[in-house]
Amino acid sequence: MKVRIQFSKHGVVKYIGHLDVMRYFQKALRRADIPVKYTGGFSPHQVISFAQPLGVGVESESEYFDMELEREDDLQAMKERLNASMTDGIVVKAIVELPDNAKNAMASIAAASYEVRFREGMEPAFDLSAEIEALLKQSTIPYVKQTKKNEIEVDLKQGIYTLSAEKDKKDHWIIYMTVDASSGGNIKPSTVLEVLYKRAGDKLPPFALAITRMEIFAKDDSGHLMPLIQAN
Amino acid sequence: MSKLALDHEILMTIEKPARYIGGEVNAVYKNKEDVDVRFVMCFPDVYEIGMSHLGIQILYDMFNRFEDVWCERVYSPWLDLDKIMREKNIPLFALESQDPIRDFDFLGITIQYEMCYTNILQVLDLAQIPLLAKDRTKEHPIVIGGGPCTYNPEPIADFFDIFYIGEGETVYRELMDVYKEWKASGEDRVEFLKRASRISGLYVPMFYEEIYKEDGTIDHREKLYDKAPDRITKEIVTDVSDTYYPMKPVVPFIKVTQDRVVLEIQRGCIRGCRFCQAGQLYRPVRERDVEVLKDYAIQMLHNTGHEEISLSSLSSSDYSKLDELLSFLMKECEERHTNISLPSLRIDAFSLDVMSKVQDVKKSSLTFAPEAGSQRLRNVINKGLTEEVILNGAHLAFEGGWTKVKLYFMLGLPTETVEDIHAIGDISNKIAAEFFETVPKEKRKNGTVQIVTSTSFFIPKPFTPFQWARMCTKEEFLDKAYECRRGITSQLNQKRIRYNWHEADVSVMEGVFARGDRRVGKVILDAYKKGCVYDAWGEYFHMDVWEECFRENGVSIDFYTTRERQDDEIFPWDFLDCGVTKEFLLREWHNAQAENVTPNCKQKCNACGAAKFGCGICFEPRS
Ligand code: SF4
Ligand code: SF4
Repeated sequence: MKVRIQFSKHGVVKYIGHLDVMRYFQKALRRADIPVKYTGGFSPHQVISFAQPLGVGVESESEYFDMELEREDDLQAMKERLNASMTDGIVVKAIVELPDNAKNAMASIAAASYEVRFREGMEPAFDLSAEIEALLKQSTIPYVKQTKKNEIEVDLKQGIYTLSAEKDKKDHWIIYMTVDASSGGNIKPSTVLEVLYKRAGDKLPPFALAITRMEIFAKDDSGHLMPLIQAN
Repeated sequence: MSKLALDHEILMTIEKPARYIGGEVNAVYKNKEDVDVRFVMCFPDVYEIGMSHLGIQILYDMFNRFEDVWCERVYSPWLDLDKIMREKNIPLFALESQDPIRDFDFLGITIQYEMCYTNILQVLDLAQIPLLAKDRTKEHPIVIGGGPCTYNPEPIADFFDIFYIGEGETVYRELMDVYKEWKASGEDRVEFLKRASRISGLYVPMFYEEIYKEDGTIDHREKLYDKAPDRITKEIVTDVSDTYYPMKPVVPFIKVTQDRVVLEIQRGCIRGCRFCQAGQLYRPVRERDVEVLKDYAIQMLHNTGHEEISLSSLSSSDYSKLDELLSFLMKECEERHTNISLPSLRIDAFSLDVMSKVQDVKKSSLTFAPEAGSQRLRNVINKGLTEEVILNGAHLAFEGGWTKVKLYFMLGLPTETVEDIHAIGDISNKIAAEFFETVPKEKRKNGTVQIVTSTSFFIPKPFTPFQWARMCTKEEFLDKAYECRRGITSQLNQKRIRYNWHEADVSVMEGVFARGDRRVGKVILDAYKKGCVYDAWGEYFHMDVWEECFRENGVSIDFYTTRERQDDEIFPWDFLDCGVTKEFLLREWHNAQAENVTPNCKQKCNACGAAKFGCGICFEPRS
């Protein structure tokens, strides 16, 4: 039996890196007696695969990993046992069964959506909505990417699926975006903000953003974005 | 647990922010309004080291079972955060509540090795607590130290209000009660310390003074508070099967040194290796009931989700039910897809069978710790391992497919000669030769034999028969290491032997701290003020700064290390009683010089003094 697990990550645990979140779940699966399948040999490993790594400092409503089970188990009961063994800030939201031939979580990722806010006192001085509107009208959105060795110019236009902003009741900006998250074309939310600041003749200060990943998507056969929890 | 002492920008700038956020699985959170005493337990080294220490987990669990106490944890901030905290004046905080430590009732510091002394000062300093006990007021936490280094606490006596001598499970409850009473009474800090000093096992250094002779040795100690005890006897758990044990140890988010369940199978050691401090300090041997251990193992694996379990004790092969315990664990662990990380076991048919079942023979190695190369010197140090036993063990293992061998020795042991040093090369070579004889060419499917010979430098420690011994200088140590290397490279099979040796500078400093007195305290304070911290981490150890501080304080390194000590010298730690008597140790010191071997506690009781605790091996029938 193959299952997909969706979990959220909020609060202080956002400072735990991807590898440690994997280790965390490996131990949590044991605490919750989940009948996960193991490889053989002297140091057996669980057969699990994580979707997109989440950056340190970023929160998430929707992270995923897939795992193979040794035997059938009740999905709801597993979810309850897992949640009983979680630490504050990590919640298992859903467990769904996958068809045996399902692609692994990592390979099918196409896009991710984010909500971005500004940390206290870091709100931009310009009108974000207006900049977004103008940016989306550009025929190309060039961005110079720093790699280890050199700089390459890429066009973000194709990779930005949706982008908008509004102000909340306290007059603070919230930016919503859905961007490419595939292994070849992944766009970081901060990259989009950098471009907007540059457009406005400003520079995005470091540590200004409070980012929450809202969902991870796969593309279905007709090319539509589907939340990973439904895509199998 | 949503509060953080460090802001986002800092957490995003430093290495491994998860070291500082708390919130790990099984971390204990209480409502601070509901408790009377707030205790913070510290291991003065980086999180990954401190979180791997069983003792802290035991005490953390014990304190948190007390309803009126909330015990939290703190470790040394790494250098990146250390710098930021100083710049921004951020007070050191406890992981759970993230509250500043200076507001706690107690700061408990476990002192596991001498080279962490400057880290103790770092913790106090970052916590904004006065470094010297005498400068603290009622507003500051009570700073209490425990662990093996408290068996000579004098070099760090000025920094502590109290030392807890011995095993922590026994008198902390009493101390908490005394504290609560005192707090309610409104009396001053010294009054609390006076009350504490009357609890058995607790040592309040400020109530004593060391008086020196002209030659610099100790003349006597003077008491500054008449009711303080003359001698302080270590605390000990008499029934280790019926005491606190952390069934739900904290599970770190990040990978720490001991990322596994640790099962302490016994305390103490039956063997009296004469260089070994642990072998004397923790006498007598007390075994934990095997049924209790089985139950602990299952519960702890379940509560942590760790994928590995290890056994902890000084000499696991001596545990009487080891067979039964390992068979049980092997079966359980196989069902749970859990690894067993074996302690180093005496190499024989049994241990090889176990090893072949739980480890990959191709990758694992055999470990022997003869500690000295020649039989003569092994008799001097009372290490009951003979060449024959080693070669037989190696022979069996080579037949079983093992190819990797690790050998541990010490250089600079009392009475050591060049021949003894060369014998290290000889025995390494004989093991290699044993391989070539045992395994014919066509059967070497796992490759050829690889021997790693390591030497450390002998450091005389308090409460050992070698507490009287002269320690070598750095130059002597290095000469010995070169001699040892020469001995190895002259061997026929030298290509199969790799040789490693330790830093000599750090060993010299450790030697000073181990047998130091109160005069060393000033040096430690100055070295810290000049930037020394994380001395246990080779790359941050600055011998030149230390030497400068010794010079400036007019304190001689040689006085503590290379000086010859008379049989009747009064040592700084003589006022502590670990059970083993000074007469016994002296007898053993003379036995060492006469190359006499002393039988272990299972063979024969040697009346070391530890029987006075009324428990353990001292009262078991001998076969
Ligand atoms: S076997 Fe020897 S070295 Fe090991 S703990 Fe016991 S006394 Fe110490
Ligand atoms: S009193 Fe005897 S049996 Fe007990 S620890 Fe000492 S030597 Fe061993």
